[in-house]
Amino acid sequence: MSTQQVIDASTAIPTDPPPPPVSVSSRLGSAFAMFRNKKSIAGLVILGFFLLVAIFAPWLAPYPATQINAKARLQPPSTLNWLGTTHLGEDVFSQIIWGTRGVMVVGILATVIAITIAVVVGVVSGYTTGWKSESLSALANVFLVIPGLPLIIIVASLFEDPPLWVIATVLGLTGWAWGARVLRAQTMSLRNRDFVLAAKANGEPLHRIIAVEMLPNLLGLIAASVVGTMTAAVIGLTTLSFIGVIPVSNYNWGTILNWASAQGAFRQNQWWWYVPPGLCIAAIGVALSLLNFGIDEYINPRLRSAGERARALKKRGMDVNDPLTQVRSITPSGKSD
Amino acid sequence: MNSDVAGAPTGVGTVGPVSPEPSDPLEMGTTATKIHNKRARIPWRFLGKRALFYTFTLWAALTINFFLPRMMKGDAVSAYLARNQNISQEAADALRALLGLDTDKTLWQQYMDYWALLLRGDLGISISHGLRPVIEVISGALPWTIGLVGVATVIAFTVGTLGGAFIGWRRGSRLDLFIPLTTFLSTIPYFWLGLLAITVFSVNLRLLPIGKAFGVGLSPTWSWDFISSVIEHGVLPASTIVLASLGGWMLGMRNMMLTVLDEDYITVAQAKGMPNRRVLWRYAARNAVLPQIQSFALSLGFIVGGTIVMEMVFSYPGVGKMLLDATNAKDYALMQGVFLIITLSVLVANIAADVAYAFLDPRTRQTES
Repeated sequence: MSTQQVIDASTAIPTDPPPPPVSVSSRLGSAFAMFRNKKSIAGLVILGFFLLVAIFAPWLAPYPATQINAKARLQPPSTLNWLGTTHLGEDVFSQIIWGTRGVMVVGILATVIAITIAVVVGVVSGYTTGWKSESLSALANVFLVIPGLPLIIIVASLFEDPPLWVIATVLGLTGWAWGARVLRAQTMSLRNRDFVLAAKANGEPLHRIIAVEMLPNLLGLIAASVVGTMTAAVIGLTTLSFIGVIPVSNYNWGTILNWASAQGAFRQNQWWWYVPPGLCIAAIGVALSLLNFGIDEYINPRLRSAGERARALKKRGMDVNDPLTQVRSITPSGKSD
Repeated sequence: MNSDVAGAPTGVGTVGPVSPEPSDPLEMGTTATKIHNKRARIPWRFLGKRALFYTFTLWAALTINFFLPRMMKGDAVSAYLARNQNISQEAADALRALLGLDTDKTLWQQYMDYWALLLRGDLGISISHGLRPVIEVISGALPWTIGLVGVATVIAFTVGTLGGAFIGWRRGSRLDLFIPLTTFLSTIPYFWLGLLAITVFSVNLRLLPIGKAFGVGLSPTWSWDFISSVIEHGVLPASTIVLASLGGWMLGMRNMMLTVLDEDYITVAQAKGMPNRRVLWRYAARNAVLPQIQSFALSLGFIVGGTIVMEMVFSYPGVGKMLLDATNAKDYALMQGVFLIITLSVLVANIAADVAYAFLDPRTRQTES
């Protein structure tokens, strides 16, 4: 599907350089084309599932996250406690459901902050020239070079009991630089393309050039950096919680693992306590990398077509890497790409 | 491709004459001959820009480093006094002066003092390590981190890049399954992977020791007992780092290979009847590896700072664990020192990446200069 999209775009450009009069719905459709492949959809479904769990946590969780039950300590999974209990008799299943909130809130908020900064800095520094461009680029590079995790650990320890939004802000402020750098490079290459020059010659105002002419061409890269930033934010949050930099009052999957590790669950094989939270983090990671694969294949169709072409040749009993069959394969089918 | 690099003379910006023998246009395009074109000019503008950038970044990082402890709540001396009860008020004041924490100086004066000390190579003294100089404390931990993580990074890079090149070559085959598998391993949080590894291999199977860099009762000597103990203790942390970072290298190389294999010169090479092995390693992989080498140089910088979690999980006596302990003990001098070392190593790695790229890819030099 994405190759179809690319061919459409390439044939459309020479015929009508100004934005073609298309309906809003079809334009929205093309903006979401990168999500219309199996990998992206699978990733979105998993993310949507966790988002729903986070929203409906009060109805889904059978117990409050920190309800202590002295009679049921360190119980393995049962019908009462689906994923067993902790050293205080807290229900692990409920803790995971409640913990989803912290992960989703911080993940989304940090990503929004980071991507906003990345898009503004990247596009402005890519579009402008001279000292403005250079200084913004230098700023991004400084943030890229300064080691993130040590800085976050030090900054987070400034607060006695940091609320979720502070953690999200710190993660966002330290995580925007890579996106800005990638977007800057792409904006710089777009700046001198014909359609942007034509828009400039038509006297379109700057905000319109950036919003209407450039942003649609940057969507793929922005989506890819959203995915990358969110992965980093989720891993960052759970890692910080696990280390103990974020206090235990903010319940998330990392906190559960912190308790499990501190109480020796790993040494005593209380798997119901430490395996599920880790698997949940891994599931979010898998969802985000599926999305990333999907977007990658949309941006760079070779990644997908290379494998498909090779498999198609193999079905006909040929090998891509064999020069002789390659020459032969083009003539009978008449297919050349 | 980079024939003019190795022997690049360092003459100052001379536009040398075109090589004496008129090169045959037929020979120019083939890989069989070396093109003797103009002597490589030194891209002063490019070098100047980079130098400016690194100076600026260094200044920014060191200034952040200056402000960090001053933003933190709690005073290092109070934390120290809480642990050592029998210290008089005068001694505490003397300690404050020694640590540069006396409050009767203006912030600007403190900043100047900080730079003066830094330029003399004096990072202060660490109160959580018996008032020993910070440099001494850090240099005790640095070899452990660099040794273990360095080896793991090199292994992951080599295996990942070679594997990625091969998987990209055999595109569409079952080998493609390696990509989602290794990516999965790199998306699960590292500390969880490490803890699981300890549970399985140390607690249940009792194959490998739990944590620490060497066995109890051994002292660092060049004896076989000690070295084998270090290796035994390093297997688990190193292999988990390799597992966790393999995916990135493999995916990056494979994606570059797929892009490069589509280029015309690959088709030409195959049409010429060149053996596949030569096309794969000398033509495709050689070009696809360029971004990998740059990321490798960058990742060398994160060796020092990027493994805080590993060192915590395995109680490995490296720099990352030292930073965590220093933060918890409010040992600001040590914290600053570790942060400084981490930042410096990242900067040096960035310079190395720049140099490597300019050396390997002539296009960067031409466009930037």
